[in-house]
Amino acid sequence: MATLLQVKNVTKSFGSVIANNDISFEVAEGEIVALLGENGAGKSTLVKSVFGLVRPDQGEIFIDGNQMAPGDTAAVIASGVGMVHQHFKLVPVMSVTENIILGDEPKNGLFVNVKKAEQKVRELSEKFGLEVDPTANIEDLPVGTQQRVEILKALSKDVRLLIFDEPTAVLTPQETDELILVIKNLAHLGVGVIVITHKLREVMALADRVVVLRDGKVVGTTTPKETNEAGLAQMMVGRSVVLEVEKGVANPGKPVLTVKGLEVFDDRNLRAVKGVDLEVRSGEIFGIAGVEGNGQRELVEAICGMRLRAKGEVLVSGAATKDMHPHAVHEAGVSHIPEDREKHGLVSSYSISDNLILNQFDQAPFARGWFRNMGEIRKNADLLVKKFDIRTTSPAALASSLSGGNKQKVVIARELSQDLQVLIAAQPTRGVDVGSIEFIHKQLISARDNGAGVLLVSAELDEIISLSDRIAVMSAGKIVAIIDSKGADRDYIGRLMAGLDK
Amino acid sequence: MLRLQAVGAVINMMTTALRSRKSLYFYIVVIAIAFAYSVNSVSTVAVAASSITFGLPLAMAAMVGIMCERTGVVNIGIEGTLLTSAFFGFFVAALSQNLIWGLLAAIASGAVTGLLLALLTVSWKMDQIIAGTIVNILATGLTSFFYKQGYSLPAIFPRWSIPGLSDIPFLGRVFFQSGPITYFGLILIFVLYVAMYHTAWGLRTRAIGEYPSSAETSGISVKKFKYINVVIAGAFGGLTGAYLTLELVGSFDRGFSAGKGFTALAIMIFGRWNPIGALLAAIFFGFAQALANQLMIDGLVAIPGPFINMLPYVLTIVVLAFSAGKVRGPAAAGQPYEREQA
Ligand SMILES: Nc1ncnc2c1ncn2[C@@H]1O[C@H](COP(=O)(O)OP(=O)(O)OP(=O)(O)O)[C@@H](O)[C@H]1O
Ligand SMILES: [Mg+2]
Repeated sequence: MATLLQVKNVTKSFGSVIANNDISFEVAEGEIVALLGENGAGKSTLVKSVFGLVRPDQGEIFIDGNQMAPGDTAAVIASGVGMVHQHFKLVPVMSVTENIILGDEPKNGLFVNVKKAEQKVRELSEKFGLEVDPTANIEDLPVGTQQRVEILKALSKDVRLLIFDEPTAVLTPQETDELILVIKNLAHLGVGVIVITHKLREVMALADRVVVLRDGKVVGTTTPKETNEAGLAQMMVGRSVVLEVEKGVANPGKPVLTVKGLEVFDDRNLRAVKGVDLEVRSGEIFGIAGVEGNGQRELVEAICGMRLRAKGEVLVSGAATKDMHPHAVHEAGVSHIPEDREKHGLVSSYSISDNLILNQFDQAPFARGWFRNMGEIRKNADLLVKKFDIRTTSPAALASSLSGGNKQKVVIARELSQDLQVLIAAQPTRGVDVGSIEFIHKQLISARDNGAGVLLVSAELDEIISLSDRIAVMSAGKIVAIIDSKGADRDYIGRLMAGLDK
Repeated sequence: MLRLQAVGAVINMMTTALRSRKSLYFYIVVIAIAFAYSVNSVSTVAVAASSITFGLPLAMAAMVGIMCERTGVVNIGIEGTLLTSAFFGFFVAALSQNLIWGLLAAIASGAVTGLLLALLTVSWKMDQIIAGTIVNILATGLTSFFYKQGYSLPAIFPRWSIPGLSDIPFLGRVFFQSGPITYFGLILIFVLYVAMYHTAWGLRTRAIGEYPSSAETSGISVKKFKYINVVIAGAFGGLTGAYLTLELVGSFDRGFSAGKGFTALAIMIFGRWNPIGALLAAIFFGFAQALANQLMIDGLVAIPGPFINMLPYVLTIVVLAFSAGKVRGPAAAGQPYEREQA
């Protein structure tokens, strides 16, 4: 097969960080290449250089043998390259269709032909099995659907090379399987594909070739035939990684979080949570399994005081919490790792050290009266950056300069470093590399062992099953079953999630 | 074919507007005008006509703000653009004794102020509020320094009565006996509306104002778009300056624009960054002023002159106070855009 993409000796640094260090690799027609590496290894930077969003300091990029001018996205798109970005590039106040056609609008004379575009989106959505409503506004959609929009946008043009930067981080297992099929089909038709993912199972299922990056350098190339998941993990982290969760037995105590008859509406004013009762005891991990979009997000937001509770109440250690007062809920001892870290977890334009004290900035030791105690803030940052292995040049750097997985670590470090009775962890390992997943899982378990009640919401069924002590299955806004995780049957839970069994 | 589509789009827009809940306000206004007309037709026509006269420059100036903010550039330099273009419009027309040269000079000088703003904010990534202030200070300083007394225009732009239409009672006098820049400006406002919501240019512009990296990753050059839009907006501001001096007033003075560029920003917000919304908001402002004037002329109320002159500024404060926190502008307006963060 002919070579489609050639990357030759690309180097890119941001200040003193060398994100890409003399990287070369190739993609042939119809070939699926997986890029693998820890958070901050430089994967996104590399594909952004290919797509013309980042101007490499050195090196050359050829598509179909033609050298690309650095930083010319329009030319790259014109040569048939599509990209699904790690952080969504969608305009929240615009419709799905408008976002998909942006930059390549079907026209009717001078005017954009919205009808035709909507029809095309509908067809695409059917063809690739990615369900979306073409007229919905992006800001009303759950992240999983937004991800589908991103993917449809990349597929909407006649592409020869497709780049996926963590496309499955927010997809359900079924959607992921479908996407894998879509990608394989495209490769069959001769499209070259670059996939970045932290899920080793997907790498094994998809890739023809795996290129492993560490600290900005290519440390090895392999194929799924020559290795296994453990081998891949070892290659990227440089040590062996325990892929299974090791935890002792739980010692549940008194209930710390009680939810009674909770009803919540979503952004479109539909009833998303339809009367949920649950109880999380101290010293246990209570998992909520469910296909995304079945009310988990609204449930979590209502518990945390970020969304109006239409009915019902939320008690922390027996005391009722105030509705719509996230700060008061936090004061009551609830820590929250939000699902959408960009929107609710971080202030990108603040430094990492400020992000690490976002909800404690007014408390000792970070404040002394009216003034901030910069010494303590810095000390706290140094400590947490080290403890949580946040890869950055300096704690004073802006949060926006961090790689996706490292942003997640900042949120987790902040929430776990406080005095907490309840920890609400929504998709805590989304977009995080295997080494860090191992670390985060250990942290959640140690929070449990220190007496916190942990409410874990995750789209990863395996994560729920291996971490939780009890599992609630949520479907269509209701908790349909609560089961003990010991000996839990994956298929049974899957059927409950789909609303099949009662 | 094209013309048909444009007409179709406008009709479509108008019919949906008539069916919407907002149409209630429309009917109330029509009934109120009809009632006032039946009581005192002369004053009603005068008030309505002055509402347009006073409101139009504000509406046009608000378009400058809308075009810029929709592309993510906050423009508080509109005042400077109006002042500069009125200055050049007046003196070029006076020196050449030709209104057309004046008009062209006004438009060109307005575009130059836009170019300056684009250079400062887009290329040099200067804080946008500071950049707008620089435009204003430069405009005030230079136009005051070079101002000379004793020049006058050969004439002002004459009113064109549109045959047929100008004979319609009420509407004819209000809309169809105006000067050329009025017609042109009104048409441009509708064109801008259609362009903003129905063309690729508008889609891209709005995307840049909301989330520039969405446009950049779609292969659109954010920088180029910002430059083009801010310069066109400046030219539009230039047309507004020309309207003020060459069609409305016929003279120029130091500080001639009298805060209209800032009032325009309030109108932009009141009109929710929508050209038609801003036009209606501006006519409302014009109406308030025209009504107060007329009441004084008719001797119905004795409002001291200074209070009448205060009206636009008071309204600006009231409108901004009430819309604060309730309306949401383009999300990325005011933020410098760094490409490598994409
Ligand atoms: N705009 C930027 N400014 C400064 N540093 C940056 C910038 N973008 C990336 N970096 C740094 O470059 C390195 C590589 O980042 P990159 O986003 O490519 O990592 P990644 O491999 O995609 O990680 P992840 O799996 O977490 O997404 C990181 O150390 C990151 O902090
Ligand atoms: Mg990345």
